[in-house]
Amino acid sequence: MDLRYSSAELAFRDELRQWLSATLPTLPAKPAADDWPARRAYDTAWQRKLHDAGYAGINWPKEHGGRGATPTEHLIFLEETERAGAPYVGVNFVGLLHAGPTLIAEASDEQRSAHLPAILRGDEVWCQGFSEPTAGSDLASLRTRAVRDGDHYVVTGHKLWTSYATVADYCELLVRTDPDAPKHKGITWLVMPMDSPGIEIRPLKTVLGSSEFSEMYLDEVRIPVANRVGEENDGWRVTMVTLSFERGTAWVDQIVDSVRLVGDLATIAKKVTRRSATAWDDVGLRRDIAHLAAEFDALWALTKRGVSEASASPTGVPGVGASVLKLRYTEARQRLMDLAARALGRASLSRADIGGLPGGEFIEERVNSLSYTIAAGTSQIQRNIIGERILGLPRER
Amino acid sequence: MNFLPTSEQLDLQQGVRELLDARFPLEKLPGGFAADVWRSLAETGVFSLRTDLELGLADTVLVFEELGRACVPGPLVGTLLMAGRADGPVTVADAAEQPLLVPHLDVSSSVLLFDGDVARLCAASALSGPVVAEPVDPLTPLHEVVALPAGEVVARGDKVEVLRRDGALLTAALQVGIAARLTDLAVDYAKQREQFGRTIGSFQAVKHICADMFVRTEIARVALHAAAVSCDDESVGAASRAVAGAKLLADEAATVNSRSCVQVHGGMGFTWEVPVHFFLKRAWLHATEFGTADDHAEALAELL
Repeated sequence: MDLRYSSAELAFRDELRQWLSATLPTLPAKPAADDWPARRAYDTAWQRKLHDAGYAGINWPKEHGGRGATPTEHLIFLEETERAGAPYVGVNFVGLLHAGPTLIAEASDEQRSAHLPAILRGDEVWCQGFSEPTAGSDLASLRTRAVRDGDHYVVTGHKLWTSYATVADYCELLVRTDPDAPKHKGITWLVMPMDSPGIEIRPLKTVLGSSEFSEMYLDEVRIPVANRVGEENDGWRVTMVTLSFERGTAWVDQIVDSVRLVGDLATIAKKVTRRSATAWDDVGLRRDIAHLAAEFDALWALTKRGVSEASASPTGVPGVGASVLKLRYTEARQRLMDLAARALGRASLSRADIGGLPGGEFIEERVNSLSYTIAAGTSQIQRNIIGERILGLPRER
Repeated sequence: MNFLPTSEQLDLQQGVRELLDARFPLEKLPGGFAADVWRSLAETGVFSLRTDLELGLADTVLVFEELGRACVPGPLVGTLLMAGRADGPVTVADAAEQPLLVPHLDVSSSVLLFDGDVARLCAASALSGPVVAEPVDPLTPLHEVVALPAGEVVARGDKVEVLRRDGALLTAALQVGIAARLTDLAVDYAKQREQFGRTIGSFQAVKHICADMFVRTEIARVALHAAAVSCDDESVGAASRAVAGAKLLADEAATVNSRSCVQVHGGMGFTWEVPVHFFLKRAWLHATEFGTADDHAEALAELL
C-alpha cells in the first residue's frame, strides 16, 4: 500500500502545474450562468487550450487522439486542475466523458474520424438523449420509436434531462427499434445531428432556476442508418460498454473541492457569532464538521484505491466500487451543505454571500446537490447494485 | 502510487485468517480468552510483527483486522505495543479514566499504564480491585482498579503520543474487522432466511441495510489503511488527522453495523445462541478504548 507518487507522476504533475499557472491568468472572464452561447464559447475555448497543450482526452487512448495517460496521471490531472481553479469540462461533458468513449469502443473508423478529433479540439459539442418521462431509473423501458425507412431511421418521441441541448451539435440518442423484443434487446444507439428537422427543444427549469437541461421533442426526425453505432437492437450493450470506460476518477474534482470546503466551513464557523460565542464553540457542530472531514479524507483514500485497481487491471470492468463511492460521496456532500447551513444560521437564506460571510457557494450547492443522489443512478439503485452484484443477494420479484 | 495491498500483505492477512478459522472458529468464541489460541498467535509472530519481523503499521493493521474479524478475546493492542519489552499478554490502563476499568487483568502479565505524558509498564499483579460483576462484553472481564503502582517508564512526551496514536489505529483495525464480519453474518443470514415465501435478502428493505453495512466498512477500511500508511511515512499525509478519522469511522462502522446485523437477524439476533451479540458488545468496548469517537472528532477539529 503506497500512496506516494512516482517520480514520473511527480514530473507529470509539475509540468501540468507550470502550464496551469501560465495559462489560467490568460482566460477571459466567466460568462453569465444562463448565457448558453457564451458558455459554449468559453468551455470550448478552454478545451482547445487543453488540446493544443496535449491534455485533451487525458485518458483516451493515443490511437484515438488522446493522451493515453495512466489512471494515476488522470487522477493527478483532475486533482491539479481543481486545486488551480481551472474551468470545468462544462458543455464538453457528454462528448468527452460519454459519447466519445462510446465511439472509441463501438463505432466504425469513419464514425470515429468524423467525430473524435472534433470533440477533442472543442469543435463539436454533444448532448445525451437517454432519459424519458417514463424511463428514469428504468432506462431500458424507453419508448422513443425509430422506424426504418430506406437508409434512414424515422424517430419520434420525447426525451428528458438532455443537458446542453440548446448548444449541442450532436446527440447520442437511444431509440426503440424493436418494440416486440424484451426491453433490453430492442434498443439502438444513434448519432443525431441537432440541426435535423423535427427537433423541438424546451428548456427545463431546475430547482435552482437554471436551464442546463431541456426536454427534447422528436417528431419524425430522419437520421441516416449510417449514424447507427453498433448493430440494430444492440444499443443497450453499447451503452453499458461505455460505462466501463470510467476508471475510478468520476468524483475526483468534487472530493478535492469538498475537502477544501470542510476547511472553509471551519473558518466560517469560527467567524459566526452566536449568542456570546462563535458557532465553532458549539461542540456538536464542531464535531459534526470534524466527522465530515474524516469522511471526505476517507473518500479521497477510496478514490486512490479505485484508481489503483484500475491501474492493476487496465482492461478490467470498473470495480463495483464505483457504486460505493457514488453512494457515500453524494450523501456526504449533501450533509456538508446542511452543516454549512447550520453554521450560517439566517445567512443560509441567501444563495449569494451575505453578512460578510463567504457562505453563498455552500447554499447554492445545498440546492444543486439535491440532484446528486438522483442523477446517474439513484442512491436506491446504487444500494441494489451493491446488494446484488457485490454481496450476491437475490433480486427482488 | 499503488494503494492496493501487496501480494505479501495479502498472504500475511490470509495466513492469519486461516489460522483463526482453524483454531478459533465461531463455536469456540463463547469460551472467551483461549490460552492455546493466544500462544499460537504469539508463536506465529502476530504480536512481534513490528519488532521481530520489522513490518510497518500498514502490515500490522491488516493482521489486526483479522483478529477483530474473529472477535479474539484478550489484550491484543497492549501486547503488540509492548512487544520486545514485556513477555506475555499486556493490558492497558489510563490513569485519567473514571472509573478505571482494566480488561483481562487476570490473564495479563503486565499493564501498560498511560499517565498524562508518561507511559509506564508494571506487573499485572501490582494492580488490584474488585471484578466488575456484569461486564457488558461477557468475554472481556474487567477489574475496577483504584490505586495505580509506579512501574518502569517506557515513554515520555511525544513518544507517549505515538503510543496512543498507534493504539487508536490498532483498535480501529479491530473495529474494521468486526464491521466486516458483521456484514458477512448479516448477508449470509439474509441469503438463507425465508419469510413470505422468499429469501429476505431479496427485499430491498433488507438488502439496503446490508449494502449500507458494506459501504460503512469499506469507508472505514480505506481510512484505516491510509492512516497506517501515513504513520509509516509521514510524507504522504498528516498521521494524527488520519488516525483520528480512522478511529472515528471504524467505531461508527462497528457499532452501527452491530445494530444492523441484529436487525437483519430478527428475533434470532436477540438470542445468546447467535453470536452476533458478542461482536456488538466487543464493538462497544473498543469504542471506549484509545479515545471515543467524540474524543477523536475533537482532536480532528483542533487540526481544521
